[in-house]
Amino acid sequence: MQDSTSAKFLKLEEKSRRKNFFLRSFLYFILILFSLYFIFPLIVMILTSLKTMEEIRQGTLLTLPKTITLDYWKIAWGGRGYGAGDTFLRPYFWNSLKMVVPAVIFSTFLGAMTGYILTKWRFKGDSFVFLFLLFGCFIPYQAILLPMARTLGLLGISNSIFGLIFVHSIYGIPFTTLFFRNYYISIPNELIKAARIDGAGFFKIFFKILIPISSPIIVVTVIWQFTQIWNDFLFGATFSFGEHAPIQVALNNMVLSSTAVKEYNVDMAAAIIAGIPTLIVYVLAGKYFIRGLTSGAVKG
Amino acid sequence: MVALSIKDLSKNFGNTEVLKKINLEIEEGSFLVLLGPSGCGKSTLLNIIAGLETIDEGKVLIDDFNVTKVEPKDRNIAMVFQSYALYPSMTVRENIIFGLKQSKTPKDKIEIQLKKVSNFLKVDELLHRKPSQLSGGQRQRVAMGRALVREPRIFLFDEPLSNLDAKLRVEMRYEIKKLYTNLKTTMVYVTHDQIEAMSLASKIAVMNKGVIQQLDNPQKIYDKPNSLFVADFIGTPSMNFINGTLHKESQNVIFVPENENINFDISKYDFHDNFHEGQEVILGLRPEYLSSIKNSENVSINLMMRPSIIETTGFDKNVTFNFANTEIIGRFSPNSGVSLDSDIDVCFDLSNVSIFDKKTELRI
Repeated sequence: MQDSTSAKFLKLEEKSRRKNFFLRSFLYFILILFSLYFIFPLIVMILTSLKTMEEIRQGTLLTLPKTITLDYWKIAWGGRGYGAGDTFLRPYFWNSLKMVVPAVIFSTFLGAMTGYILTKWRFKGDSFVFLFLLFGCFIPYQAILLPMARTLGLLGISNSIFGLIFVHSIYGIPFTTLFFRNYYISIPNELIKAARIDGAGFFKIFFKILIPISSPIIVVTVIWQFTQIWNDFLFGATFSFGEHAPIQVALNNMVLSSTAVKEYNVDMAAAIIAGIPTLIVYVLAGKYFIRGLTSGAVKG
Repeated sequence: MVALSIKDLSKNFGNTEVLKKINLEIEEGSFLVLLGPSGCGKSTLLNIIAGLETIDEGKVLIDDFNVTKVEPKDRNIAMVFQSYALYPSMTVRENIIFGLKQSKTPKDKIEIQLKKVSNFLKVDELLHRKPSQLSGGQRQRVAMGRALVREPRIFLFDEPLSNLDAKLRVEMRYEIKKLYTNLKTTMVYVTHDQIEAMSLASKIAVMNKGVIQQLDNPQKIYDKPNSLFVADFIGTPSMNFINGTLHKESQNVIFVPENENINFDISKYDFHDNFHEGQEVILGLRPEYLSSIKNSENVSINLMMRPSIIETTGFDKNVTFNFANTEIIGRFSPNSGVSLDSDIDVCFDLSNVSIFDKKTELRI
């Protein structure tokens, strides 16, 4: 009697183990398939950038290079060395860096400040101010090109890196404010009251009490803003040209302006170079990104 | 000496009147508790005393100085909050001395103060921890330390115990009482917990809908509530309310409960208002005056009644009866043989009743 029941259970156990194994294999199969699908373009880019034009023409997309050469990376980065008409990324990379660092700092700081005011120093009509700021997130970039161009002209900073810093800082405020407001709203107001009784003023409360507990949301904002500004093409193409252009514009010029043969290897190397900084930022701060997006409440 | 006085204070949030013409005066060294249900304006009043809220009308005086327009930090007050409001990024030590640093206190004085306070509150061991590494009770202590270190004229407490579990709450309540007994500093304490209020206060202000209903010492509030609201709010189980009418009968005043064939002789009741024959009133009787104990010295009346519900608390039994179209609760001793199956002899002790007008709901 007992033996027969235990045998029955063993059978059931065996059955469910087989079923689990099958489902698990299926799951991994799907996951690997998708991973391959997503990594495929990157592999093609890297392979192509390492091959000579001859190899590219003769082989398929996935043919491995016979000898690995970094020449095309060098060309993409530093050019061929002949004068006019030689486009390469190095100067524009620095342009972008000079633009992105101040723009990220300004927009993050302004967003933090606005979020702090909108949540901790409430005033009449503050919810309308926030609502209007939110509109900024939904206005398409194209809609503001003309007025912005005019404004930059009036300020005398069109076609300069400074102008782009200005545009990106302003355009970043709606997003950064949204991030910081939603973070600060979860921080108890009593913290601010306590600090006021302790004699801290507007700025002291901000810098001594709120900023030290804002690191998760600062990371989120910095990653977001860095990616947005670094990858921006439209503002760069509209408000700057020639030597003041950011890297995305230069990349475009490089890829589209070749008069003779299309050099896929150089183009691929250039595209990867233009994408590396955002990857670095994400890899360094990525784990905080998810944490910052999901956590809000600071338990004090 | 009057430590704090509030004159004709009104406060609106938009169109809602939160506080209506509040007048309040407390002596130096007294412990005032602002007690009321949520939304009665008690926390707003405390924030106004602290200077964290602006006011629409009236003024606030601390030690006879008009501080209505003075910044919180210059009012010589300290406040303990419900969520403790410890600065999360700072250690306990930094939390406690933050205020002193802001007011540019000399370093050696800061150290002396810190030592004194951390010894007193037994937080010396915790000085280098962050608030997130503390338990609820420890956070509460640190929050009190931050207030103590400023040596304020008035301590303000905003429901400081409501985030703690029941056992810790009783412990911290005791600590606060001890603190007060040692310091004898003026304190203003906001709570919705009437037991907290009764056990801590030297004076209670019962608030409702932006008005102070009654300001008295705890015993007076308990024994002689001046309105139905106060009577109902204070005490667990709450006061029994019996509808009925008042009549004069030769020398005596009698109360006739509705739908009952019985008279309560309440001639000894201290009326401070006139009443007319047959006036509709509500008689309030605390549960402890409704029991099996017969007290021959007091005016009392005995009735045989059948219990409908019996609740055991350990130190007594709360027994519910149906009487005069309502339910009334009496407190019986735990070893009294009360059961749902038989009538018991219930004694109404009428020596300490409250009588309210039915329309105005005020004591008469």
